Amino acid sequence: MIRTPLRPLARILSARSRGENPDVIERENIRIRHEAMRDSARARAEGRLLMLGAAFLVAFAAVGFEMGVLASTDPVEPAAATGGASIVAQRADIIDREGRILATNLVTHSLYAQPQMMVDPEGSAGKLAAIFPDLNAERLKKDFTGTRKFIWLKKKISPEQMQLVHEIGDPGLLFGPREMRLYPNGAIAAHILGGASFGREGVSSAEVVGTAGVEKTFDGWLRDPANGGAPLQLSLDLTIQSTVEDVLYGGMKLMNAKGAAAVLMDAWSGEIVAMASLPDFDPNTRPAALTKGDPSDSPLFNRAVQGVYELGSTFKIFAIGQALDLGLVSPDTMVDTKGPMVWGKFRIRDFHNYGPQLSVTDVIVKSSNIGTAHVAQMIGGTRQQDFLGRLGLFDATPVELVEAPGAKPLRPAKWPEITTMTVSYGHGVAASPLHLAAAYATMVNGGTRVAPTLLRRPNAAPGQRVIGEQTSAIIRGMLRQVVQHGTATFGDVPGYEVGGKTGTADKPKPNGGGYFKDKVVATFAAAFPMSDPKYILVVSLDEPVETSGTEPRRTAGWTAVPVGAEIIRRAAPLLGLRPQLEPVAQAEVIRVRN
Amino acid sequence: MRSLILVLSAFAVVGLGFWAYRENYRTQGELAEVRRLQAEIGEMREALSVLNAEWAYLNRPDRLRELADINFERLGLLPFGPRQFGTVASVSYPAVALPPITEPVDTIALNGAPSGTNP
Repeated sequence: MIRTPLRPLARILSARSRGENPDVIERENIRIRHEAMRDSARARAEGRLLMLGAAFLVAFAAVGFEMGVLASTDPVEPAAATGGASIVAQRADIIDREGRILATNLVTHSLYAQPQMMVDPEGSAGKLAAIFPDLNAERLKKDFTGTRKFIWLKKKISPEQMQLVHEIGDPGLLFGPREMRLYPNGAIAAHILGGASFGREGVSSAEVVGTAGVEKTFDGWLRDPANGGAPLQLSLDLTIQSTVEDVLYGGMKLMNAKGAAAVLMDAWSGEIVAMASLPDFDPNTRPAALTKGDPSDSPLFNRAVQGVYELGSTFKIFAIGQALDLGLVSPDTMVDTKGPMVWGKFRIRDFHNYGPQLSVTDVIVKSSNIGTAHVAQMIGGTRQQDFLGRLGLFDATPVELVEAPGAKPLRPAKWPEITTMTVSYGHGVAASPLHLAAAYATMVNGGTRVAPTLLRRPNAAPGQRVIGEQTSAIIRGMLRQVVQHGTATFGDVPGYEVGGKTGTADKPKPNGGGYFKDKVVATFAAAFPMSDPKYILVVSLDEPVETSGTEPRRTAGWTAVPVGAEIIRRAAPLLGLRPQLEPVAQAEVIRVRN
Repeated sequence: MRSLILVLSAFAVVGLGFWAYRENYRTQGELAEVRRLQAEIGEMREALSVLNAEWAYLNRPDRLRELADINFERLGLLPFGPRQFGTVASVSYPAVALPPITEPVDTIALNGAPSGTNP
């Protein structure tokens, strides 16, 4: 660059000769130079700003682009992560207390058609109908040649059927992967497991949702990926459940009963080891619910939980137990049993005439309605209601079945003294076998409340105290005597000290207006071994008739009790209970006078 | 000196580039291997779940009961009952094998009082 001198000699000399001030020229030149410097500096600064702007633009554009890419791509697992995916299926397995599978998943396929891609729609329709007998060839032909673009044909097909469809070779017949819920044990524990079906369906996958039982109660838990595929463990024992169902089925057929239910429960923790309701169904092909008529006629009806019946004399132990706990009576107190007992326009009768008086123990052993009614009168309605409420007989059971909250016990709205008396022997309040099992557990386990549950609860804390330990011990003795020489003598299983109480209740007519004369619900509520009760068993038969004698016998002692005894005989060894020699009552010194 | 540093750093850049290129391809290879292994693990887990389901299906109590009934003559299996509990004392142990007698010693076992002192 040629630098312009600030005082060019030629101009200075000519200015001097003209008598002007040469400094003006210098200042002029300085000004011009400064302007040039300023212009170049501004140009450089502008260039830098532009560069900076471009850099920021590129940086922000990169960030924005990356965000867009992240937002629009499908999430993938980090490939370098160790361990690999441990979740195999979208729904976790259900296992029993020993880890045996109750419900699992199988990969299968669904079949759908896209008619516009089909080569020979009419031929394929005929071949499909030959593979699947439930599809109609005419209907398929109409669908395939019509305007429809997409048709679901089958939701689940077996690998053999899939091969046969492959062999048709039509490109318009397509398969979608499916996960299928499988209950490998068939009908065993059907009412507890419930069943599952498909929810929202797409071509490449379908939701599996629970429709009843624990499948529905724990639907969210079973589908939660946060559990990492951990199975749901129930308190059931598959072997014992199967044994109980087997024996109960035999008993139901033998006693000509319409239905049957059994609950086998841990007396301390409330864990349900087995719970059966017959007739049952296969949860793999769950039948449709009844749309009209009595829901209890459907095999879907869980009698053990939903079957709310008056349970008859099994309730007597609650009145007697409360009276003992309140100190109103002792086991030896004599109670009036002269019958019939007249109260207003009501008459209370006994099955037999037991004479003018019985001890409280004998009232239970012989199952006297009149005696129990007299004891209930001593207790009074308010205290009785409070006690039954604390036993859980007025609320739905907390068991983890979706059907349970709907099965609320039936209780009279008003509670006059006659209700106090009838409820004491089991008429007027209706509850399910599961309610009864929980209440009996409370009565014999030392007096703490038990909440029935289907989940493993190994270290359950004892519940709220309902009756005293002494009272519970007396009740155990009474229930043992009922089996030894009372109404449940068929219930004795050598070595297992069975104690229990029978109950035979007439069934109410469906549209009100009294009770059937020849239809009963026979119930046997038992506990074993009675010196230290571990398990509670409740067996309930619906409309049983025992016809081996000269006249039909319907009482629980002839129907439910033998079935219950056989269940205990078969199930107790499986529960790991060794038959014990019964402790003999200690010899007492009796004062004799000679 | 200056040109030496320049040449050396040029070599270093080339070397690092070569190293990064190789590492990049090796990582991609390993990732592909991991993906393949994970797919294999997934398939095996799925196969295992199918086998578990089959095991459960073949061991369902109804089938076992039927099989026990069919093979009753050979196996003689009955439902487990209370009589089948035993005690450890009733188990017969095998007889203890005694060592051979090498130096016989005469012994007389005296049961009760010696003779001659009877009253």
